[in-house]
Amino acid sequence: MAVQSETMKPPRSEVGLLGWLKKNLFSTWYNVLLTIFSAAFIYIVLRAVITWVVRDARWAVVTTNLRVFMIGRYPRDEAGRVLVSLGIIVLMTALTWVFRKAKGKPRRWLVIGWLLSFPLITILLRGFSRESPFLPLVSEDIWSGLLLTLVLAIVGILASFPLGVLLALGRRSKLPIIKVLCTMYIETIRGVPLISVLFMSQLMLPLFLPPEIRLGTVMRALTGMALFSAAYTAENVRGGLASIPIGQYEAARAVGLNEALVMGLIVLPQALRAVIPAIVGQFISLFKDTTLVVIVGLLDLLGIAKAVTAQKEFIGLHKEAYAFTAVIFFICCFTMSYTSRRLEQRLGVGER
Amino acid sequence: MQNENLNPTEDIIICRDVHKWFGDFHVLQGVNVTIKRGEVVVVCGPSGGGKSTFIRTINRLEEHQRGDIIVDGIELTSDLRNIHAIQREIGMVFQSFNLFPHLKVIDNVTLAPFWVRKWSKVEAVKVGMELLERVGIPEQADKYPGQLSGGQQQRVAIARALAMQPKIMLFDEPTSALDPEMIKEVLDVMVELARSGMTMIVVTHEMGFAKEVANRIIFFSDGNIVEQNTTEEFFLNPREARTKLFLSQILTH
Repeated sequence: MAVQSETMKPPRSEVGLLGWLKKNLFSTWYNVLLTIFSAAFIYIVLRAVITWVVRDARWAVVTTNLRVFMIGRYPRDEAGRVLVSLGIIVLMTALTWVFRKAKGKPRRWLVIGWLLSFPLITILLRGFSRESPFLPLVSEDIWSGLLLTLVLAIVGILASFPLGVLLALGRRSKLPIIKVLCTMYIETIRGVPLISVLFMSQLMLPLFLPPEIRLGTVMRALTGMALFSAAYTAENVRGGLASIPIGQYEAARAVGLNEALVMGLIVLPQALRAVIPAIVGQFISLFKDTTLVVIVGLLDLLGIAKAVTAQKEFIGLHKEAYAFTAVIFFICCFTMSYTSRRLEQRLGVGER
Repeated sequence: MQNENLNPTEDIIICRDVHKWFGDFHVLQGVNVTIKRGEVVVVCGPSGGGKSTFIRTINRLEEHQRGDIIVDGIELTSDLRNIHAIQREIGMVFQSFNLFPHLKVIDNVTLAPFWVRKWSKVEAVKVGMELLERVGIPEQADKYPGQLSGGQQQRVAIARALAMQPKIMLFDEPTSALDPEMIKEVLDVMVELARSGMTMIVVTHEMGFAKEVANRIIFFSDGNIVEQNTTEEFFLNPREARTKLFLSQILTH
């Protein structure tokens, strides 16, 4: 084979830049037309965007308010705590990347590290009590800006995922009561817009909870988001569970695994792997849906953009503020989407 | 019940009047059979006759609705502990292999000994590698099932079943999904296993295999045993008309 491919090279028109251009852009007369129109369109749009970004836009609204965009009303003197938290996450991400192929001990330490970092960051950001000399309380109800967006998204994702898996398992349960309850929950939530779930969680949660527990606005919004997202995650996971052939259950039971091990070792790993794209899609939409908390009076990144442009000196600079917000949202969502694709490749989705 | 099994160590599987329905369809119609320790039994018969369903009731992949099944002295009831105890003692090989595609070959084999028998990882891997050697594919240990040929996958499935050190092995048409050139490598492993003294119940149409190692042949049709006999007698002197017809159909080629 090697000899043959050396002696018989492909025709020149098939390879190289010219070959590629001819094949992909100028193969027929209508493709030539399409290519020219598209190029012209791209040129016009790009030129307008670049001219605006470089020449016309007044980025002072962003640069002056950068801290506000990032952490909103979080006290200026305590801003270092946010930076340290960010540092912890960056460090953990870097360590995870360095040891991504490791197994055994380092891997266990990574998991422990991540598990510890969340309570640590919570304490760091929230602090102890109002009078405490060390890390005074910064109530989560004054968190805002990108900080609030990220907290809502990350905690929402982390809380809704296990809940969603449990709901999916519940919906497939053999026990009729559990099955009916889970199905009712999922279908009810899916039949209602997120805005109404957010309103309900603001108004109804205090009624359901014992009077000793008083949740702030952010916690109530978070609960609403997590409960909402869990219903969608559950349906995605259910799809994955349905894709596992019955033979897998039978083989697992035949080697002597009990029901919990069949689920935990054989079915769920395969089912979750199969629905990574759908679940990450759900997480991305949860991330963007965090902007809806504006309606319950919270200032997420988008809310801050609106507030910032209401300042006297920056009136009329909506475009700049929203463009900046859009770029940040895009970076976050694209990162999730990219990570998901890498994860799929590494876990070999679709290879059976 | 105990006094009925005069020699419980001899009879490892006892089925008495076993019935099963799928909806209205009466798939097992009062099966009575006893399998002795170390016996190799081939079950054959036309498709749809209930032979697969029958062996699947023995390790409770299918629930029987009437009659008794006693495996190694334990009665199969709806008691989960009994079911798991029996499933641990019975290995099963499926027509479609049913390997766990997300686990490497060696992990497929060591999974159950590690989680169910609670062996150490090292011990499980050691035994697992020995079994892969026994079925002739130790070099595939670190591959995933999807990277193996059908014959290799089925041999891994046999190793996986053997890893739990079962007392009984059930084979549900183990070569029916294989390309012809791979059937032999799987049958060779099964012949070796039969000669090692394993109790085996094999649903198969491989009459060559039956003639070579089976002690007894059970002809299954329309939800019950039509005829059973020692291998030699079964092929030389089939008594029932349905058996004769079946044999003439499968032995003409």
